[in-house]
Amino acid sequence: MARLITVYVNNKQYQVEDGQTIMQALDKLGYHIPRLCYHPKLSIEGACRVCIVEVDGMRNFVASCAYPISDAMKISTNTPELRRARRDIVELLVDNHPMDCHICDRNDNCELQRLSYAMGIKQRHFVGERKRYQKDVSSVAVIRDPEKCVLCGRCVRVCSEIQGVFNLSYAYRGFKTVVTTAFDIPIAESVCSSCGQCINVCPTAAFLEKNYTQELFEKLCDPGLIKVVQFAPSVRAAIGEAFGFPAGISKEKETIAALKKLGFDYVFDTQFGADLTIMEEANEFLERLKGNGKLPMITSCSAAWMKFMEQFYPDMIENISTCKSPMSMLGAMIKTYFAEKIKVDPEKILSVAVMCCTAKKYEAKRPELLVNGLSAVDIVITTRELAWMIKSAGIDFVNIQPEEFDNPLGISSGGGAIFGTTGGVMESAIRTAYEIYTGEPLMEIEISQIRGMQGIKEGSIELDGKKINVVVAHGLGNASKVLEIIKKEPQKYHFVEIMGCPGGCIGGGGQPYAGANSIPLDENILMKRAEALYGIDRKKTIRRAHNNPAIRRLYKEFLGKPLSEKAHKLLHTHYSPKYPKGIIPKEMTLR
Amino acid sequence: MQIKDIVQEKKQQNIQILKEYLESFKNRSRAESNLLTILHKVQELFGYLDKEAIEEVATIIQVPLSHIWGVATFYHYFKLKKPGKHIISVCLGTACYIKGADEIVAKLKEELKTDLGGVSEDGLFSFEEARCLGACSLAPVVMIDDKIYGNLTPQMIPQIIKEYKRKHKE
Ligand code: SF4
Ligand code: SF4
Ligand code: SF4
Ligand code: FES
Ligand code: FES
Repeated sequence: MARLITVYVNNKQYQVEDGQTIMQALDKLGYHIPRLCYHPKLSIEGACRVCIVEVDGMRNFVASCAYPISDAMKISTNTPELRRARRDIVELLVDNHPMDCHICDRNDNCELQRLSYAMGIKQRHFVGERKRYQKDVSSVAVIRDPEKCVLCGRCVRVCSEIQGVFNLSYAYRGFKTVVTTAFDIPIAESVCSSCGQCINVCPTAAFLEKNYTQELFEKLCDPGLIKVVQFAPSVRAAIGEAFGFPAGISKEKETIAALKKLGFDYVFDTQFGADLTIMEEANEFLERLKGNGKLPMITSCSAAWMKFMEQFYPDMIENISTCKSPMSMLGAMIKTYFAEKIKVDPEKILSVAVMCCTAKKYEAKRPELLVNGLSAVDIVITTRELAWMIKSAGIDFVNIQPEEFDNPLGISSGGGAIFGTTGGVMESAIRTAYEIYTGEPLMEIEISQIRGMQGIKEGSIELDGKKINVVVAHGLGNASKVLEIIKKEPQKYHFVEIMGCPGGCIGGGGQPYAGANSIPLDENILMKRAEALYGIDRKKTIRRAHNNPAIRRLYKEFLGKPLSEKAHKLLHTHYSPKYPKGIIPKEMTLR
Repeated sequence: MQIKDIVQEKKQQNIQILKEYLESFKNRSRAESNLLTILHKVQELFGYLDKEAIEEVATIIQVPLSHIWGVATFYHYFKLKKPGKHIISVCLGTACYIKGADEIVAKLKEELKTDLGGVSEDGLFSFEEARCLGACSLAPVVMIDDKIYGNLTPQMIPQIIKEYKRKHKE
């Protein structure tokens, strides 16, 4: 433990630990200094100066997020001069900002609004020239509106330090400073992985997902369409937060009910798709283990990871599982198996997916994933968009009467549920692969080595005396680290799980924004969401994908066996190197 | 067509020269601290920061493109766009200024649809400023390539620009 020192805050004496910043110490003492550019998971930029405090003996106010606390320091947090200085700083941001709140996607959930309110800004003072930029709406997933940017730099840092994509940087200088891509090229043509983490950390509406809610509201009223929807495990683990519920409560049945009220005819479970993915992926792994294909095998269900891999590690394409993601597998089954079952022309089916992820919007548009010329998923909306639709349609989510999934694509195992959290795909694959390989049930099905929020987790299991080494990484920056290891030691692992977002899908770029009392990427919230999924798993009587009766029936009636010709046609895909080529810097500044 | 081929060939030669030049930076640590030197070299070879050349730089010294872009845009002396076929220099010297150079600038901005320091949308003109072109008696003055246009009024600008555009269509 660090040495204790004595400090004075607003003339009150406290003992605090040495070796931390003023802000860290004050947070623990219950003084919440306003802040903007600071984020605990990112490097300290110290640029916005919203977090200034007064320190006795210092000529200028100091940025508390960057300045170390020291013995006998006398700190003031709320003097009139300080309040005025802080207010001026925020006022400058507000004056250079469109006054669009009532028509803005972040209305009611915007840090700039909250800051402005907390600083007591009551009017605009310097109404001068305001910066003007075009919106970048090129991407099907991530929209950029630089006019709303307050240059806090959090997106730049999350994209490089956590995601290792390095797509964004500050460009130009002075009044013209802007956050942009290399050569100002549109997001759609950039190395952007579509992960949406910049949206998660942005305090304003300068980054947003491409919104499909209007189109969906219209299609939901089209009497000529059969409206089918699926939603991801992580949606149920987080959507409650958008309605004021504490993090970590599954709202599965409430979400089903709300989707029905919105006008969907069938509500299916992406967890069924996850079970199907496990059937194919576990068998694919065992084939590779026999020598048919390259090892280590790397999972392929994370859409941002797929684009990242094609741009940054195209030489590893052969290591990637050919399995489509659960969303795309289920979409393919909806447009074939299910269409046949209800005797409907698949063109008449509207296939919608609610995802925790912005990259799924990009995935749904990948031409490789067409099924008999049709999109497997026609529209992808995020958890946030669904929460907004529910509110906008006047549906009382808080008191809603729970409902059940439709059959047959709504039945899932516990293994499908944990797909949403880092380590879950691996855990579920092991449960199934073990039993197929050894013919015996795996006794210890909760594999704690690969649970939790550590960035890279290693584990191993014995398959008939053969030691299988696995590794799990979440966040694209951690993915890079694992891939660099594999490049050096190709034999080290047999099976690799990668999820593009911190925490896995539960931390996806489409999840509810952090509220007033939390921060984006908060590990405690991620852990609670994960716990909600582990809870679903524990409560299920069927916890292994291969024991799901609906999956068995699907193979019996339609697909034949895992990896059959039909399964290959409908459930597997391929990848190809993409331009622009991504560059992982030699001196990696990943965190 | 032929000219295009020659230009292309010249460019590829320059890329080759650049690659050889970058060889010595390959294994140096702190590649980023050499970035300015390298960008100057690119500008010297290509006349501006050519995209293909910058991609080569990024790949060889392993620095992300976005980072290079951030550095390149921060300094005024890097040209970010391929210079136009014609260089329009508008004189902002004292004599020209007094005689209304700012109105000439405004009109040129409108005609070329770019700011000072930029390149017109069609890639035909670079739009630059100059200090006293030594023709004060003709103020306000604009120089296009090496031809001086004097005693200008904003109304005369469109005709002059049109003339260059016409020549190019032929
Ligand atoms: S980003 Fe925030 S402050 Fe800006 S217009 Fe939107 S809601 Fe208002
Ligand atoms: S979506 Fe992800 S990869 Fe794309 S700019 Fe944002 S953080 Fe970077
Ligand atoms: S886009 Fe958002 S996160 Fe990025 S610098 Fe601007 S305000 Fe900050
Ligand atoms: S939060 Fe401390 S300088 Fe921005
Ligand atoms: S000031 Fe313009 S030519 Fe001398």
